[in-house]
Amino acid sequence: MTVYVKGVVFDGVDFDDPNSWNIDAYIQRGGYAALKKIIAEGISQDAIIAELKTSSLRGRGGAGFPTGLKWSFMPRSFPGQKYLVCNTDEGEPGTFKDLDIIVNNPHALIEGMIIGGYAMGISVGYNYIHGEVFAAYERFEAALEEARRAGFLGDKILGSDFSFQLHAHHGYGAYICGEETALLESLEGKKGQPRFKPPFPASFGLYGKPTTINNTETFASVPYIIREGGQKFLELGKPNNGGTKLFSVSGHVNRPGNFEIPLGTPFSELLEMAGGMRGGKKLKAVIPGGSSAPVLPGHIMMETTMDYDAIAKAGSMLGSGAVIVMDETVCMVKALRRLSYFYYEESCGQCTPCREGTGWLYRVVDRIERGLGRPEDLELLESVGKNIAGRTICALGDAAVMPVQGMLKHFRDEFLHHIEHKKCIVPGY
Amino acid sequence: MSDLNAGLSPESLAQIDREVAKYPADQKRSAVMSALRIAQVEKRWLSSDTIKFVADYLGIAPMAAHEVATFYNMYDRSPVGKYKLTVCTNLPCALSGGADAGEYLQKKLGIGYNETTADGKFTLKEGECMGACGYAPVMLVNNHTMCNHMTPDAIDRKLAELN
Repeated sequence: MTVYVKGVVFDGVDFDDPNSWNIDAYIQRGGYAALKKIIAEGISQDAIIAELKTSSLRGRGGAGFPTGLKWSFMPRSFPGQKYLVCNTDEGEPGTFKDLDIIVNNPHALIEGMIIGGYAMGISVGYNYIHGEVFAAYERFEAALEEARRAGFLGDKILGSDFSFQLHAHHGYGAYICGEETALLESLEGKKGQPRFKPPFPASFGLYGKPTTINNTETFASVPYIIREGGQKFLELGKPNNGGTKLFSVSGHVNRPGNFEIPLGTPFSELLEMAGGMRGGKKLKAVIPGGSSAPVLPGHIMMETTMDYDAIAKAGSMLGSGAVIVMDETVCMVKALRRLSYFYYEESCGQCTPCREGTGWLYRVVDRIERGLGRPEDLELLESVGKNIAGRTICALGDAAVMPVQGMLKHFRDEFLHHIEHKKCIVPGY
Repeated sequence: MSDLNAGLSPESLAQIDREVAKYPADQKRSAVMSALRIAQVEKRWLSSDTIKFVADYLGIAPMAAHEVATFYNMYDRSPVGKYKLTVCTNLPCALSGGADAGEYLQKKLGIGYNETTADGKFTLKEGECMGACGYAPVMLVNNHTMCNHMTPDAIDRKLAELN
């Protein structure tokens, strides 16, 4: 289920109309107007980047880096080939927003990437799509074909001197490829093992060429910003947290789905939109930004607004906007065991602290869950965590540690009870 | 012993050619993921000989293709049943019946994870996040068809349809 409340990515999309994704419907709701305006008025690259800076759009993939700033890092006068890459490798547990974008409004992403290519002087782009969503990959390919036929993609777009080719690349099951340099390795046809940074992709990216990588939702927000102005986008949200955001709500709610709402909306309102707690049960905890974000107790969430700064202040992170809701029946040890298994399974094996450490985290949490925990286990988990975090090439190691730290900070009693009594306090998952 | 049927059909090769065309002429290696996917759809799993055939076709080292086939978890390096069913049991899905769906399938098919039914029809796998948590429980059929809201009833219907 996707619910558009107010925002930019799904502006005008009719989710009940099976043809709402196609190019005719997109044009009818104002699509490609931004691109036409840029070409017709010869808007400068600097002006486009300035508009993005005004909007205060921040990267929607998880890191929240200012998009205008990222685009300004691209060496526009570089003489050789440069690349633009979209990260639709959405595999962070809890996140399913980009899937809905490429299924329901693929042309917003395509138009956003074309504008990105124009603003940074790039002529070739790739969209890397998560392996498990093959039908969505085919939908995106169909949309690309429509855009080519309509003259929005290809050589000399709309009669200008600007050319831009865009292709879809299909992943095949590796969470790590959501990390931007692993994604580049994968696009080159290799194992998705992250690269050491620096050099950053802006100087050494795909095939060693300058490359800019943004998330699907980020690109899909660009046409609105150019069409309506950065200021209007900014005002949809709050200062430093411009615009609206897609929140993927999963877990113990009555109506799980994606909700596009202004940044700064209280969590309590989002929970209400998602139909409230399933079965009228009590809210216990929320993971507010995808599985890598530290868990927060329900009472803290109920006083928090959904934006980068407020969630950070509450002790977690907005991440990809994946909101995992857990009710009073959830055993936090069992929940953490599943997440720790995920990171153990998905570690690419390149850095020893992560490859070995994620296994340690999983095995220790697993033995606590199975009633075999030892009194020193919580300290052991903390010590293993300290030996992973900050000691690896990419952030997967940190991502494996953060859920453990969050759980031990807020639900330590439950883990101690497990070790002492060899069983859960609560019965559910 | 070498697999005499390692080669691919003209249809598969045409599909691979379309993928190769997406990348710069000197970067055919970029098409290896798609080429292996296309080969797996035709062969149902990737033998060492199939992988070598794909590598030769793209002009890359067999080991380069082998590394990719073993790194990404949707490639099957051993034979699977006619229908490979992958259930997501990660936390967001588990909160909405994902783990239960996996248990129901095990009971119904009489096999555990990573096992194939005696008639060779079904292989069951436990999957990681498919990026569709709002539609939980989710199940993938042969990697490419995603089925949403797989309650026991929906699983029964799907299995009957596949049978």
